[in-house]
Amino acid sequence: MSARRIFAQPARYAAIAPYLWMVLFFLVPFGFVLKISLSQTAIAQPPYLPVFDLAEGWAAITAAFSQLSLDNFGLLASDSLYLSSYLRSVVVAVISTLMLLVIGYPIAYGMARLPQRWQPIAMMLVIVPFWTSFLIRIYAWINILQHDGLLNKVLLALHVVSAPVVWLSTDTAMYIGIVYSYLPFMILPLYATLSKLDASLLEAAADLGASPRRAFWLVTFPLSLPGVGAGALLCFIPILGEFVIPDLLAGSGSMMIGQTLWLEFFTNKDWPVAAAAAIALLVLLVPPLVLYDRMQRRQLGGAN
Amino acid sequence: MTEESPDIDTRNIDVSAQHADVAVADAPLLRIEAVSKKFGSFLAVDRLSLDIKAGEFFALLGPSGCGKTTLLRILAGFETPDEGRILLGGSDIAPVLPHERPVNMMFQNYALFPHLSVRENIAFGLKRAGMARAAIDTRVAEMVALVKLEGMEKRKPDQLSGGQKQRVALARSLARRPRVLLLDEPLAALDKKLRESTQQELMELQRRLGMTFIVVTHDQEEAMTMASRIGVMNAGRLEQVATPRDLYEAPASRWVAEFVGDVNLFDGDVTSHEHFRLVVATRDGGNIVVVEPRQVVTKSQVSVAIRPEKVKMSRRGSTPDAAGSQAINRLEGVVTDVSYLGGSTVYKIQLDTGAVVRSSVANTTRLDTDACSAGQRVVAWFSPDDCLVLER
Repeated sequence: MSARRIFAQPARYAAIAPYLWMVLFFLVPFGFVLKISLSQTAIAQPPYLPVFDLAEGWAAITAAFSQLSLDNFGLLASDSLYLSSYLRSVVVAVISTLMLLVIGYPIAYGMARLPQRWQPIAMMLVIVPFWTSFLIRIYAWINILQHDGLLNKVLLALHVVSAPVVWLSTDTAMYIGIVYSYLPFMILPLYATLSKLDASLLEAAADLGASPRRAFWLVTFPLSLPGVGAGALLCFIPILGEFVIPDLLAGSGSMMIGQTLWLEFFTNKDWPVAAAAAIALLVLLVPPLVLYDRMQRRQLGGAN
Repeated sequence: MTEESPDIDTRNIDVSAQHADVAVADAPLLRIEAVSKKFGSFLAVDRLSLDIKAGEFFALLGPSGCGKTTLLRILAGFETPDEGRILLGGSDIAPVLPHERPVNMMFQNYALFPHLSVRENIAFGLKRAGMARAAIDTRVAEMVALVKLEGMEKRKPDQLSGGQKQRVALARSLARRPRVLLLDEPLAALDKKLRESTQQELMELQRRLGMTFIVVTHDQEEAMTMASRIGVMNAGRLEQVATPRDLYEAPASRWVAEFVGDVNLFDGDVTSHEHFRLVVATRDGGNIVVVEPRQVVTKSQVSVAIRPEKVKMSRRGSTPDAAGSQAINRLEGVVTDVSYLGGSTVYKIQLDTGAVVRSSVANTTRLDTDACSAGQRVVAWFSPDDCLVLER
């Protein structure tokens, strides 16, 4: 009993910490953004109205509340610029995630099947690029992909092409950049799941008449689905809001929502519309999260 | 491949087995011929040969690292032998891949597919064999009934107890009706009570199906209870293949005598050897008379082995009549330790020479007022018929 009393109180306080973190660094800022998204643009500092001023008393605040409106969300729905950037974000995120899965799965599978002593080295090799700044690595890609860059030089030297190919400022360049940058986020959860897989399950499958190929599809793959889900989500969500890679590597033809948001915020100084776009992006992310959560719960649950 | 094997009909199995015995009395179902397997420089299986007859319940018994599991994995096809042949029904199965072998294995950790239900686990091997859906349903229902898991078909392995998992694993490995069922420590994960009842069930199942079982175990009691024949393995070789009784009462070597059960050993030299009657001059127990009908000794340096339950014990001076005769071996000493085990009590007797002899006495009455206690001087005596002579 006394031991309980000693440990229970600090443990209870410690349990509050994550909630406190969420409230301070997510919910409160989210409240600000939500409030701005319901405000009107104004040539002022800050560039929106109304502004709550606690010093002016209760009546002023309720008056300010009545000025809030959903106009900005209406604008998002009516202007095809926003809709098309949302759509492009989803398309880019889906295609990128699929490409990451197709490339990352065999790598993770190979890593998990390496001899024990090589596995940490393989893991290091996956993580090592993080030691260089992300931005520098994207600039390096610009260097590789530009008109007289490394890629074109190699292709010309090998006589694969007769004239330099335009890589930079295309979707291809963007996909290369995204897949390159997010690959570790796909590989690591997949590797974590695959390396935990009980090897005797594959022996059991073989014992019961499954060829190695069938054993993979009937045992390994279904059991790696949690890793697939985690990896896909870990890539899909940040890619959906990606700004830097499409901005530096893709053409200026069509924009992802992150770019549109940046444009509204910094170029047009339209904070309320930018805030509304951000809120809409968050709402867009809810369905895949719910889906993932349900998938995981089913994995744990079983038939009952 | 499995599907072509005739369906097992429990009513006919005895008859057909007898027929098989008469027709091909010398042809074993499974013949292991001089099989060796090395892992790096470690010789796991060393030129091992063994014949197993159809319908046998065979146990491979040995300490951990003796190569018994490796041998089982070679039979299942998970390891390729470096040398030797494995003949199943006369044909070499060494080049046959595991998923094409007509043998099945029950894994030590059960290796149930966690994402599949009990039903799907049992049906897994049947689906791979290309069985029709209706036939699969029938077979699965049959297997579920066989291992008494009715009503559990839809559960996932996580929702089962250890004993239930063991049954699913058994049903899954039996479903394809393998010609040989390999069981790797099938009961090791169960608690003692459950293990005992499951032993009986396994034996009954094997008798009913008439199937050939090869079980690997480190538990000698388990091997003795279940198996009709036991192969004792040590360092990659078979030390002895015998019935449980022979293994215990007539071990082929000092190692087997020590590994199977408890034993008192006296090292000495044979001083006389007439007919089957030997006199061994031992350092710790003086002259010991042994009646050994087996022709096991060629050297004069031997060990005399006597099982503790065959060593009787009396207080000094109250030796029964039989002990008075010439033929009885008598050793005097002091009780140093009494271990009460319920059914029996084990006494440690320190002889005057310093050696310790263990005597196990069955507790046949509830109130034993005559029991010896530590510090008492006693006579330990045993018959020459109960002694064994083993080469050192």
